[in-house]
Amino acid sequence: MEAFNDRNVTDNGYFMVDIEDYPTDGWGKFKRVVKRTIKGELFVGLWVVMREMIDFKIHTVKYPEEKMPIGPRYRAIHKMKRLWESDTERCIGCGLCEKICVSNCIRIDTKRDENSRKEVSQYTINLGRCIYCGYCAEVCPELAITHGGEYENASDQREHFTMYEDMLTPIDVMKEGKQLEFEGFGSITPHEEQRVKKTPLAY
Amino acid sequence: MDSAYLIETIIKIVIIMVIFSALSGIGTYFERKVLAFMQRRLGPTYVGPYGVLQFGADAIKLFTKEDIIPSGVVEKIFRIAPVITAATAFIAASAIPFLPQFTIFGYTVHPIVSDMNVGILFILGVMAIGLYGPLLGGMASANKYSLISAARSAAVFISYEVVSGLALLAPIMIVGSLSLIDFNNYQAEHGWLVWSQPVAFILFWIAAFAETGRTPFHLIANDHEIIDGFGTEYSGMRWGLFFIGEYANMFFISFVIPLIFLGGFGDGTFFGALALLGKMAFFFFFFLWTRAAWPDVRPDQLMWLCWKVLMPIAVINVVITGFVMMF
Repeated sequence: MEAFNDRNVTDNGYFMVDIEDYPTDGWGKFKRVVKRTIKGELFVGLWVVMREMIDFKIHTVKYPEEKMPIGPRYRAIHKMKRLWESDTERCIGCGLCEKICVSNCIRIDTKRDENSRKEVSQYTINLGRCIYCGYCAEVCPELAITHGGEYENASDQREHFTMYEDMLTPIDVMKEGKQLEFEGFGSITPHEEQRVKKTPLAY
Repeated sequence: MDSAYLIETIIKIVIIMVIFSALSGIGTYFERKVLAFMQRRLGPTYVGPYGVLQFGADAIKLFTKEDIIPSGVVEKIFRIAPVITAATAFIAASAIPFLPQFTIFGYTVHPIVSDMNVGILFILGVMAIGLYGPLLGGMASANKYSLISAARSAAVFISYEVVSGLALLAPIMIVGSLSLIDFNNYQAEHGWLVWSQPVAFILFWIAAFAETGRTPFHLIANDHEIIDGFGTEYSGMRWGLFFIGEYANMFFISFVIPLIFLGGFGDGTFFGALALLGKMAFFFFFFLWTRAAWPDVRPDQLMWLCWKVLMPIAVINVVITGFVMMF
C-alpha cells in the first residue's frame, strides 16, 4: 500500500526509455532492419511469455467462489447499526439522511411510540436510485447508517428497495458482539466496542 | 480400381474428416489454455474438468445458433464462402502422409489418401484456394470491415505465395520429387533437409504464418482493427466453418513443415510416427506461442517483408542451391 501512496516519481526507479531517432535515408533504414533481425528481439518476447507459463503465477480470481477483499471504507449497501451499550437501534429518526440525499432515494417516517419516544416507523432506501455517495453516512449524527461491503445487489427491477429491518444488524449478531463498524470518515475509535460498558437495563 | 482400394480410401477420408474436425475444436481449447497461462490467466475452467469440454459447448452453441443472412449481401457467395475455407483445408490434407505405412490384420495401410506425384504443389495450391473464403465472404458481406478484410486477404495472398513457392523450390530441386513420401524417404537416407536448406526452412515457416493467418500476420481478421474482418456478418455454423478451416489448416501445415524439412516419420517405425506427431505438436504450439508473444504487422509491412526481403532471399537461396548442385 505504501508503494501506491508514494507519488514521487523522481526517485522510484522510473526512467526515460531510450528511443532512437527514426532513420530518414535508405541506408539508415537498412541498417535498422539488419540490426533488429540479428538482435533477436522476437526471441526475447517468446521467452517472456514462456517464462510466465512456466512460473504459472495465475492472477485469476474465480469470482463466485473466490472474492477479492474489499476495503473497509467501501461504499456498498447500507447498514443500520446498534448501540454497543444497550443493543438498541442507533437511529434517532432525525431525518438528516433523507434531507441530504442527493438522489432522493431515502424515505423516512417517524411516529410517537407508546412511551412517547420518537420511533422510526418506516425507512426505505431505493437502491436503484442510490448513487452510493456516502453523504447519508457522513451526515448521520449517531453513526447509525453506514455503508457495508455487500455489493452483489443485482435485481430484476429498477426500483429495488431495501428496508430498515434488512439493513439493521440482527440482534443475535449484536449479542455475540460481532457487529462490524464502518472504518471510514467519522467512525468511532477502533476497538471501542471492547472498552464500552453495557448500560444496566434490568435490576 | 478394385473395391478394396475404394473402401480403404473412403474410410481414410472419413477418419481424417472426423479426427481433424474434432482436433480443430480441441485446438481452440489448447489455444485458449496456452494463451491464458502465458497471460497469467486460467482460461476455460467450468465446463468439465479443467474446462476440457468447453469446445463441445462451443460446438453446440455454433450448431444451434440461428444462421443469419443479412439483407444486402450477395447471398449465394455469402453462403458458399465458409465452405470454401473448410473444404479446401481438408482437400489439401489428401496429399499429406500423416503416419508411416503400417500393417493391420495382414492388410497394409498407407495413411495418405492419395500419394499423387504433385503432392506439394497440390497442397500449396489447394491451401491457397482457402484464402478465397475470406476474400469472397468479405466482399459479399456488404460491410466495410469485411471489405477491408477481403482486400487484406488479397494482399496476403499475393505476398506469401511467392515466398512459400520459391522457398520450397530449393528442397524440391534437391529431392527431385514433389511427393511428400519421397521427401520423407530422401531424408531418412540423407539426413534432414533443414541442415542443408536452413534458409528455405525459415522462409517456409514464415510463409506458413501468412498462409494460416496466424498472429504476426493476423491482419485478415484483426479483432482490434476490423472487428472480425470477413467473419463480422457471419453467425452460427457458417462462422464455425471458417474456424474449423483455420484450425485444420494450422494442423495440416504443422504436418507439412516437419515432413518437408525435419525428417517426417523417418524410417517408418513406431517411434518415427511418434516423432512426427511430436514435431507436429511443436509447430502447432509455436502458432499459439507467437500469438501470445508477438505484435501484428500492418498489411503494408507484410507486403514489404514478403516482396522486398523474403523473396530476394528465396531467389538467392534457389540460385546458390542450383550452383552447388551443378558443381
